[in-house]
Amino acid sequence: MSEADDSTGDADGSGVQLDMISGERMDQLASMEKIRLILDSVHDGNIVILEEGLDPEEESKLIEVTMTEISPDEFTGIEIETYPGSSKSSGGFFDRLMGRETETKLTVIGPANRLETLHKDETLISALVTRT
Amino acid sequence: MGLFAGLRKSISNLFSSGQQQQRIGIYGPPNAGKTTLANRIARDWTGDAVGPESHIPHETRRARRKEDIEIERNGKSVNIDIVDTPGVATKVDYEEFIEHDMEKDDAVRRSREATEGVAEAMHWLREDVDGVIYVLDSAEDPFTQVNTMLVGIIESQDLPVLIFANKIDLEDASIQRIKNAFPQHETVPLSALEGENMDEVYEKIAEYFG
Ligand SMILES: Nc1nc2c(ncn2[C@@H]2O[C@H](COP(=O)(O)OP(=O)(O)O)[C@@H](O)[C@H]2O)c(=O)[nH]1
Ligand SMILES: [Mg+2]
Repeated sequence: MSEADDSTGDADGSGVQLDMISGERMDQLASMEKIRLILDSVHDGNIVILEEGLDPEEESKLIEVTMTEISPDEFTGIEIETYPGSSKSSGGFFDRLMGRETETKLTVIGPANRLETLHKDETLISALVTRT
Repeated sequence: MGLFAGLRKSISNLFSSGQQQQRIGIYGPPNAGKTTLANRIARDWTGDAVGPESHIPHETRRARRKEDIEIERNGKSVNIDIVDTPGVATKVDYEEFIEHDMEKDDAVRRSREATEGVAEAMHWLREDVDGVIYVLDSAEDPFTQVNTMLVGIIESQDLPVLIFANKIDLEDASIQRIKNAFPQHETVPLSALEGENMDEVYEKIAEYFG
């Protein structure tokens, strides 16, 4: 993956930029830096794919910050999907009790007006990305 | 109130009511029936309601608290504050309200309030609640991103949680689908609108949050 270029996006409307961010890169960031990185990219119209996702506390802050940035006719919020989507397969309550952080969940985040989830179940996420 | 006839305050209840007030947040997606449930609980035990219910999403845009509700079941008594929260979403589009016949100004104002309300609800969840009732519409697919994320967030806070499978009066309702989505938690079926299965609802509240 090349360095995410968040300055240009797809200004000419010719495509959709995907930013795939490795777990290693995210590990070096503080929670708010992660959220900023994601939302800045999403504001530019990009789709962000996180190799390892966010922890629950960060997800909660992501929702909170997203809400404060919604603005009529400009930004309607985010669409987010994680895979695997259920906590029942691994990393459940007992793992957390034991302090085991077993979950690494591929996460896709995009602007709500561009990314639409078509279908989702335990084993498959199908999403539609539009140019705007 | 025939339903509650025969319940009496025992001496032990009197003592246990000195216990700390538990603040129970009612969470879930928009339109699941959170306010209808909060109102029913408040009316059954205190006589007044909490706030307006509506088929328009995001009717509840401020967390509303009803204090000092004492629920008694099977000799257990629990003192709770109910916090009815705005439905959690990751997106809010004012055009959604225009579809409900609202003027643009109104729709924009409502969506702004809704976003503030969701942010506030997330904050309550991280800082201010002692337990959670997670309400779902049994006729809808429970396997959504918002539901999985929210339940994950609640679990990470180590809060006691009950899943309420609401709207069991609807023909398409499936309690099993909800149990399958959240097998790690207790699911209580009910109809907040019709008052179905409220006995079990209060039993579980007393058991989990007492
Ligand atoms: N059929 C049915 N409808 C319900 C039930 N509970 C709530 N509703 C309806 O669902 C809509 C949303 O209810 P509300 O309590 O405002 O949902 P909230 O957004 O979660 O607070 C309203 O039209 C309610 O009358 C129920 O148990 N059965
Ligand atoms: Mg409500």
